[in-house]
Amino acid sequence: MSADARQIEAKNYTAILNNYPAEKRYILAIMQDMQGEFRYLPQESLELIASYVNVPLSRVYSMATFYKAFSLVPKGRINFKVCDGTACHIKGSNIIIDMIYQHLGIKPGETTADGEFSIETVNCLGACALAPALVANERVHPKLTSSGIIKIIKSYEGQIYATGN
Amino acid sequence: MQQAINNDKRMILVCCGTGCLANGSMEVYQALQQQLSTNEVQVKTYTKATGCNGWCEQGPLVKIMPDDITYCLVNAKDVPEIIAKTLQTGEIINRLLYRDPKSKKRFKSHHEIDFYKKQHKVALRNIGEIDPASIEDYISTDGYKALKKVLQEMTSAQVIDEVMKSGLRGRGGGGFPTGLKWKAGATTKASPRYVICNGDEGDPGAFMDRSIMEGDPHTVIEGMIICAYAIGACAGYIYVRNEYSLAVKNLNIAINNARSQGYLGKDILGSQLAFDIEIVRGGGAFVCGEETALIASIEGNVGEPRDKYIFPTEKGLWGQPTIINNVETWANIPVIINKGAAEFASIGTEGSKGTKVFSLVGKVINTGLVEVPMGTTLREIIFDIGGGIPGGRNFKAVQTGGPSGGCIPEHMLDLQVDFDTLIKAGSMMGSGGLIVMDDRTCMVEIARYYANFLAGESCGKCTPCREGIKAMLEILNNICQGEGREEDLEFLQEIGETMQTASLCALGRTAPNPVLSTLHHFREEYLEHINNARCPAGVCRDLTEFYIDGEPCTGCGLCVKNCPVDAISGEKKKVHVIDQDKCIQCGECINHCKFDAVKIR
Repeated sequence: MSADARQIEAKNYTAILNNYPAEKRYILAIMQDMQGEFRYLPQESLELIASYVNVPLSRVYSMATFYKAFSLVPKGRINFKVCDGTACHIKGSNIIIDMIYQHLGIKPGETTADGEFSIETVNCLGACALAPALVANERVHPKLTSSGIIKIIKSYEGQIYATGN
Repeated sequence: MQQAINNDKRMILVCCGTGCLANGSMEVYQALQQQLSTNEVQVKTYTKATGCNGWCEQGPLVKIMPDDITYCLVNAKDVPEIIAKTLQTGEIINRLLYRDPKSKKRFKSHHEIDFYKKQHKVALRNIGEIDPASIEDYISTDGYKALKKVLQEMTSAQVIDEVMKSGLRGRGGGGFPTGLKWKAGATTKASPRYVICNGDEGDPGAFMDRSIMEGDPHTVIEGMIICAYAIGACAGYIYVRNEYSLAVKNLNIAINNARSQGYLGKDILGSQLAFDIEIVRGGGAFVCGEETALIASIEGNVGEPRDKYIFPTEKGLWGQPTIINNVETWANIPVIINKGAAEFASIGTEGSKGTKVFSLVGKVINTGLVEVPMGTTLREIIFDIGGGIPGGRNFKAVQTGGPSGGCIPEHMLDLQVDFDTLIKAGSMMGSGGLIVMDDRTCMVEIARYYANFLAGESCGKCTPCREGIKAMLEILNNICQGEGREEDLEFLQEIGETMQTASLCALGRTAPNPVLSTLHHFREEYLEHINNARCPAGVCRDLTEFYIDGEPCTGCGLCVKNCPVDAISGEKKKVHVIDQDKCIQCGECINHCKFDAVKIR
């Protein structure tokens, strides 16, 4: 990472921290915002939170690893959250996960080498009537089929070319 | 179908719940707003984006009032026609009306359809009718009337008494009498006191709390303020899953509006009451649905539960008396105050009063949210309201209560659902997920699924839960892979019973339910996996082989078209063949075959 990018990142950390009083009970909220901003929790962010609310780093680390919403490694530009709630499960969410693996070579928890895609399973999106479903970043894709998922992946792959990268 | 044109202002309600949004309802809403704002349209309308109507299967839904027309599966492309025909000339567009698959009849209003006709809405009363972002909309449907009544006419003891008389029990799963809980909180001497709304809806397969927080956030807020008055609380917290971004957004808007109109803050409505609410976004941990774990999480700790020698009503948040209720419970409170405990208690069964919202999902035709009186039978819910099993397949079981509940087989379909009957049946109410399963669902795999889920969600604090689930999962994995032994079943039973007695919190004590209930009702299916290395439902991959039966196969080619891995071949009008080396057992061929020609070996 360049020195400039690092500086910008540090500035963003501080901006998020300053939204909250320096109290222990806001650790979760601060981490949520950081995860939203950076798509993972960089080590520096955990250190900053710990010193900001004045608790040992181990405590912030224990929370970052306990709660499922957080990741300590960067997620892809497009993060597929495949719902594996019961309704999605009995309608074949495992097939969807397999198809993504076949196409992108990543299993839940992994990110493609180019940093474009990552996949994780989530317990329930609360979109059970649309099972099986996945969320790509913020967008819900309902009623997936094993052939439909390939089209969805391709539509996001297309975006890369469209932006000229 | 020509109707008298109504010149009064029409209201167009576009369902913008999560289900409809995913199907494109925002595009419909925007198209309506945009096209209705042009000068060419000479019709007075008011368009609202509402919360979830519950009938997600037919979304996006558009309702036109007061004509009472419901259009289903609406696309943004349909908007010009809706404006030109229905809004300007009163003509109903037949193809957008719901068509009953059995009678082939079309229905003008959703009120005429079985899915809604048999429901009784209390907690969901406003959802789909009002704009959740508008406090005026909520007030126009008797909103904050209960709060005024409480502040002006009732003492706090009278409020608690009313809630006790209503017989309301906690809708989050445990079914603890709400009034008793409030009374315990009010009689504890310590202060300050707190009120918490548990919106950490963790049960996979349940989304009623999401729907209420998104579609009618003020009812939750009003319920909490009434409780604050009853027990003398100064602050409230709504703990909501961060994944529910729309719920967080709508709750935030609602809290701000309530504050600016004097329903929250100091001297609420000119009374002595001072109370405010803060939102806490959860971190995605199932165990945080357990009240002591949730409290730990709000305090800024990892969400581990503690043993409840002392209840949160005495020592809860920051060691102070705390009332914690589920979203749906809060939504019932204003109704109890407005209509009176007696009327509320006239609905339901002896031990369970009022209604319950169920999320009817899985292998059922009308998926969505349904609210019915306690005591309604499973058969009525699944077959009359839900329309039965799709694709002409057979009902196998219904799972209630999420990972803490169990699977109920066909011979118990006439069970009248309430808190007590479900526990007697080896399951529990939980938060109200009803997951319908057909003959293509493997019960062993379902037990494995829940064990796997719970293994990831057990906080690890106590040994029976942490180690017990792991051991169960290992055995179930073996059985699903064809490596099970008959004595495993006894061992599963033993582990399960130990966990039920020895675990620290309700998560561990109820965790064996999915395994024990399937073992009890579907033992044959377990034995088939173990003894014959066969998965009758065709789900466990190592034990499944699909083949095409030459007799019914007509060579139509539908399976070839839908196979994602090109494993099926065959000439047109001749029997097709599945290449076992390529087949990934996804079941698309079975699902699409109209002649029942794909079989499971």
